[in-house]
Amino acid sequence: MRRVAVVGVGCTKVGELWDKSLKDLVVESATKALDDAGIDNIDVVYVGNALAQILQNQSNLGSLVADCLGFEGIPAISVEAADASGSLAFHEAYKAVKFGWADKVLVVGVEKMSDSSSEEVSKALMTFEDQDYVAFTGITQAGIHALLLKFYMEKFGVKHEDIAMFAVEAHKKASKNPYAQFRNLIKLEDIFRSPVVADPLRLLEHTTLADGSASLILCPLEEAKKLKLQPIEVLASSTATDRFFLHERADMLTFNSTVKAAEKAFKEAKISRDQIDVVETHDSSTILGVISLEDLGFVEKGKGANFVVEGNITIDGRLPTNTMGGLKGRGHPLGATGVYQLVEVVWQLRGEAGENQVKNVKVGLTHTVGGVGSFASVNILGCLG
Amino acid sequence: MKPSKNVGILGYGGYIPVYRVKTSEIARIWGRDDDYLQAEEVAVASMDEDSVTMAVEAARYALKRAKVNPEEIGAIYIGSESKPYAVKSSGTIVAEAIGASPNITAADFEFACKGGTEALQTCIGLVAARMIKYGLAIGVDTAQAAPADELEYTVACGGAAFLVGPKTENTIAYFEGSTSYVTDTPDFWRRAEEPYPSHAGRFTGEPAYFRHIINAAKNLMDELGYKPEDFDYAVFHQPNFKFPVRAGLMLGFTRKQLEPGLLIPSLGNAYAGSALLGLVAVLDVAKPGERILLASYGSGSGSDAFSIVVQNNPSKGNPTPFISRLLSRKKYIDYAEYAKYRRKIVF
Repeated sequence: MRRVAVVGVGCTKVGELWDKSLKDLVVESATKALDDAGIDNIDVVYVGNALAQILQNQSNLGSLVADCLGFEGIPAISVEAADASGSLAFHEAYKAVKFGWADKVLVVGVEKMSDSSSEEVSKALMTFEDQDYVAFTGITQAGIHALLLKFYMEKFGVKHEDIAMFAVEAHKKASKNPYAQFRNLIKLEDIFRSPVVADPLRLLEHTTLADGSASLILCPLEEAKKLKLQPIEVLASSTATDRFFLHERADMLTFNSTVKAAEKAFKEAKISRDQIDVVETHDSSTILGVISLEDLGFVEKGKGANFVVEGNITIDGRLPTNTMGGLKGRGHPLGATGVYQLVEVVWQLRGEAGENQVKNVKVGLTHTVGGVGSFASVNILGCLG
Repeated sequence: MKPSKNVGILGYGGYIPVYRVKTSEIARIWGRDDDYLQAEEVAVASMDEDSVTMAVEAARYALKRAKVNPEEIGAIYIGSESKPYAVKSSGTIVAEAIGASPNITAADFEFACKGGTEALQTCIGLVAARMIKYGLAIGVDTAQAAPADELEYTVACGGAAFLVGPKTENTIAYFEGSTSYVTDTPDFWRRAEEPYPSHAGRFTGEPAYFRHIINAAKNLMDELGYKPEDFDYAVFHQPNFKFPVRAGLMLGFTRKQLEPGLLIPSLGNAYAGSALLGLVAVLDVAKPGERILLASYGSGSGSDAFSIVVQNNPSKGNPTPFISRLLSRKKYIDYAEYAKYRRKIVF
């Protein structure tokens, strides 16, 4: 088994990019990653995408991406795991390098949502859940998050305002991220003035339609040392599932997929939680951000919101989290999100995070959830020397 | 585009039907939140009104104010999304109703909500070329929206007519120039045989409304060498409250310049009549020497921008009702009556 490194990263701005197609997005982010790595050929490409088959009527993305980047005759693999598709693409690419199947691997995450109506996207997002027993009821992803929010507040006696702080913090960091979808600062009162999307969840607590693509290049650590930039080692990459039905889980407020993926990742990386300097976690809504921090083991169950309120996740806090704005602030282009998180951790490790740079970052963690926790991915990156 | 010879407005008139439905009443029917609403109430045409009858009302006011013999009119153009006939010019009906002669050119213009300003631009060109003496340009609609669609909370009925002729010492206002900005941007459409329009949600904003209005208005100001502060008023197409205010502020106008022409809260969006009714409201209060920027927006997409200078006190000796009076003359109806009047109940 070989040690694996990230040697190039690139991404597009996230937003409603009306004048850019799925292919335009891929070309922009992948070209940046290749330029960043200083290479012009790859052995294989892995593509993470969630909804192109529904929203663009476009499948066969592996070949499409290879072709629009000008790579002929290479293997191309497209993977899907709901909003964790990009993370799963990375995980598969990592294994390809680790086990010696490929040397230079391109990972592309891409999603194009803004060409579709909110109604079409809401319906498409429910393909992440069971069609026979959940989606048919008409509930939306925001509706499920709203139920979790209500249940969480009731079970732990936590104020809604404290949970909503996750979004305030997200916008604060996104305001200094030139690639972010929402660069405006918001206050708690703005959140509670925004419309209710699913009682009690407010519009400003939830992610919205976003387009974007992020790419990175993986290669063996030994090869990486010969390239121009400081290699960032992948210390661990793991994925895990939970019961597909939220209502069949022993505890709906704990995503076992996250718990198990985190356990495996920390074991593989041989590091402890207190060695993590930055975290990029899955806050597709405020409540998911809180639950994620708890399930990753950084804070006790029921105490996640208070952890945020106490200022622990700020850039100079105890556990700088979602340092470039997270899903809420940077934007959540589904299948690209996991790769964005990895790109952002690489920036932090290289000291390239601009105004959001955390001091002395040696190890960073990314965490992406697919659906409402039925799948999760945890990756740990580091530059331990 | 500057007219080769000076062209002005001799008369103008707006028409708003008497019925109103509160948007909170529409929200009550569909179980929506009140804080979502962009207009307080919308004007509703009665059972026996349509775009043609409203065009006739507005045209009669314009003629009365202009004191022009209708037989001297050389062109009647109507911009509308709701003409009663798919094939038969509304202009023919209006022409006969107002006593115009048969020796005219008449046509209906379709460019979503900017059909009325297209009609106005065409009349300016014909008058400037002295091909006709007077031209009548009308923007009017009984705006359609599918039940429960977001559009239903803003669509309204109404229209405005402008009698355009050579600039003389009696013209109310004159045109300094106009520009158009048009692209293939499918943000809102209605196919033949379909009763209600379709729209692309948020796509109607930034790449559609804002891009076109801002480009048309900027091009106009660049061509004429003006800045926002050179204008006393700015009127934009009003599909909701947010868009015209944001477009105005983005261009550098102040709320004070926007408010007199902002009718959406008490009128709604009368599609092809929307921006032109805003212009009528501004002319009702404007004084000689004041300058107005008008920018319409038509989905699909395009925007026409005009610079208009007031020459004579428009309200002086006005024999027709002001917009403020037409807005305050109202009878409230509930959603059931609204559905009946707007023919939403199909047997």
